[in-house]
Amino acid sequence: MSETKPEKKILDLARRAMPKQTPWERVKNFDEVALGYPAETAVGEAARCLQCKKPLCNQGCPVGIDIPGFIRRIVEGDFAAGVKKIKKTNALPAICGRVCPQEEQCEKTCVLGNKRSPIAIGRLERFLADWEAAAGRTEVPDMAPKTGRKVAIVGAGPAGITVSNDLIILGHDVTIFEALHECGGVLMYGIPEFRLPKAIVNREVDYVRSLGVKIFTDFVVGKTRTVDRLLQDFDAIFVGSGAGLPWFMEIPGENLNGVYSANEYLTRVNLMKGFRFPEYKTPVKRPSRVAVVGGGNVAMDSARTAVRLGADEVHLVYRRSKAELPARAEEVENAEEEGVIFDLLTLPVRLIGDANGWIKEMECLRMELGEPDASGRRRPVPVEGSNFIARFDAVVIAIGNSPNPLIPMTTPGLEINKKGGIVTVPETAQTSRPNIWAGGDIVRGAATVISAMGDGRVAAASIHRYLMNLGSKA
Amino acid sequence: MYKIVEQRMIAPNVHEFTVHAPAVAESVKAGNFVIVRPDQYGERIPLSVADWDRAAGTVTSIFIQVGQSTARLARLKPGDTIPTFVGPLGKETVIDNFGTVLCVGGCYGIGSIYPVARALKEAGNTVCTLIEARSSFLLYWEDKLMKVSDEMFVITRDGTKGQKGHVDRIPELMQRAGIVPDRVIVNACTFQMMRVSQVTKPLAWKTIVNMNPIMIDGTGMCGVCRLSVGGRTKFACVDGPDFDGHEIDWAEFLARRKSYNPEEVDPLRRSGCRSHY
Repeated sequence: MSETKPEKKILDLARRAMPKQTPWERVKNFDEVALGYPAETAVGEAARCLQCKKPLCNQGCPVGIDIPGFIRRIVEGDFAAGVKKIKKTNALPAICGRVCPQEEQCEKTCVLGNKRSPIAIGRLERFLADWEAAAGRTEVPDMAPKTGRKVAIVGAGPAGITVSNDLIILGHDVTIFEALHECGGVLMYGIPEFRLPKAIVNREVDYVRSLGVKIFTDFVVGKTRTVDRLLQDFDAIFVGSGAGLPWFMEIPGENLNGVYSANEYLTRVNLMKGFRFPEYKTPVKRPSRVAVVGGGNVAMDSARTAVRLGADEVHLVYRRSKAELPARAEEVENAEEEGVIFDLLTLPVRLIGDANGWIKEMECLRMELGEPDASGRRRPVPVEGSNFIARFDAVVIAIGNSPNPLIPMTTPGLEINKKGGIVTVPETAQTSRPNIWAGGDIVRGAATVISAMGDGRVAAASIHRYLMNLGSKA
Repeated sequence: MYKIVEQRMIAPNVHEFTVHAPAVAESVKAGNFVIVRPDQYGERIPLSVADWDRAAGTVTSIFIQVGQSTARLARLKPGDTIPTFVGPLGKETVIDNFGTVLCVGGCYGIGSIYPVARALKEAGNTVCTLIEARSSFLLYWEDKLMKVSDEMFVITRDGTKGQKGHVDRIPELMQRAGIVPDRVIVNACTFQMMRVSQVTKPLAWKTIVNMNPIMIDGTGMCGVCRLSVGGRTKFACVDGPDFDGHEIDWAEFLARRKSYNPEEVDPLRRSGCRSHY
């Protein structure tokens, strides 16, 4: 390695802010909120990187991106080389740069974080991916010769796309079967346009397709064809079938009209583009007082969607305090700026309907924090007699979901855990059946995009070893 | 894209709809449904499967034009294509040799009860089929159903064919014919399924209904199709669509079915509805 050190200048050590649409503008549209770094800002931010000899940031990345490596290319102004560096280990940089919880991963371990703010790694990753798209270029990795081995991927979400990308590069024949009419999985139906524009998801899917991955949409593995039927035509299968049935609180009134799971609410708006009804034909209600129950990223997405659909008041109802909110700090801040009201330490106990079966009111209890529970967070304890009733004309339940039941229901011999997820060996992502691998929400329940991608990376390596042991058919 | 093989009105407002979808035709069974999107802006709607031809790779559904999506489907012609036709979804109807089974069809369900009756017949049951419509001109597929049934009953509300009345008359008709069914299976509009369940409950005739809630993905993700069965929330797309009709909370189900009528159905009844075509 004969890399020259970037020229040292007097550095502005402050973390560069991300330009955003102002709150009063963005609550009226579904366009992306964060606008991305201009090149100058990106170079300035990148120049703060200490280029540690033994970097800690890499260790926090589930897909093992060479973070100091790509940051150095930005400082040097060689953006194309930077993109190539990332794409070696990450097929979806434009997406990860936007939706990864960097503050829990790479940025958490950045040494600059000890005294100042850590390097904005996610924003720099996004900058490179967007630069590549704007420049109309596509860095394509070197492809291995064809092996003639065939792999079926169930689900075109982040896990499936990552496995496909890795295996096609290694020379295998890859076919994705997607149940919905669009690819992307949760990136398409779950994460809103204002946080992850769908054009970006389509671009990344097109990229994987351009590498030679075949994709069939409208194909529900487990129903249209079973996993065992597919194994007659494929040497290995990766199951990335994602999230399943939404959880409800199991309190009275949850099946009233106007009570939605976050999955339904977000799917209507994102995948089906209900926010453009009646041009797009899937209707979505535009109620004036909305309660979103939950405190994760999905709850923030739902609340911010309700704001954009024109609600007068959107309440986020969460049973613990602000410190325990599982959502990313950035998303909490965005929601607050957009006027979402946080009803913290509040637990819904009953949903009350009108004579026609529509939600009218929600009864809640106030909570206080007690001793820490198994998760290490302080357990919320109801305050006796603190019940109160508030008027709402829509309630969105965003408290998580179980893994999708279709593959477990239709694949004999697959070991399933108590929560309905497929059991895998963490080091290989292999299931209890020798030629089936799995990863993402179908294994973890409701997790993150990047953890699904990390599973995909692990699975791809293991599938590759398995296929090479079978020998090349080409 | 999926090619329309046949799309014609077989009774007023009742459409027979056949699509070339070999992968679906390969594995479809009685009781399954498909999800269809009429065009690229269209909503995903579920349709019960009424017949199929595995060799030709085609799947047939019967639908009633109710809202804007079915209005669009009704305007398709053979040779046209639709962007989404996915399935077979839901659990298939449980078929066994039960003895004597009463198959009840109404509305679009006169179509989707056909493969159920056929499968029951093949499994060695005595199949009694009862179809109901407001008037004789709304009946269809009687000849097909006759071929797979040991006995046929027809009820019309105006008495223009068969017995006059409603499905309420089922116990009386069965008694007169000397039939005590070991199982009743109903494919019909929600109200008819509810009425049949109500009249068979006091008689303790096991009654299976093929539920038809609003759906989006149809694969166990969104949760819009939930209903209360025996006091527990179930999801029609993966736990059903067949459920025990005596255990369903019908009032809740009817309310949920209607939740988008202001957006979907009402505009078609007013003038100036161009944006919906």
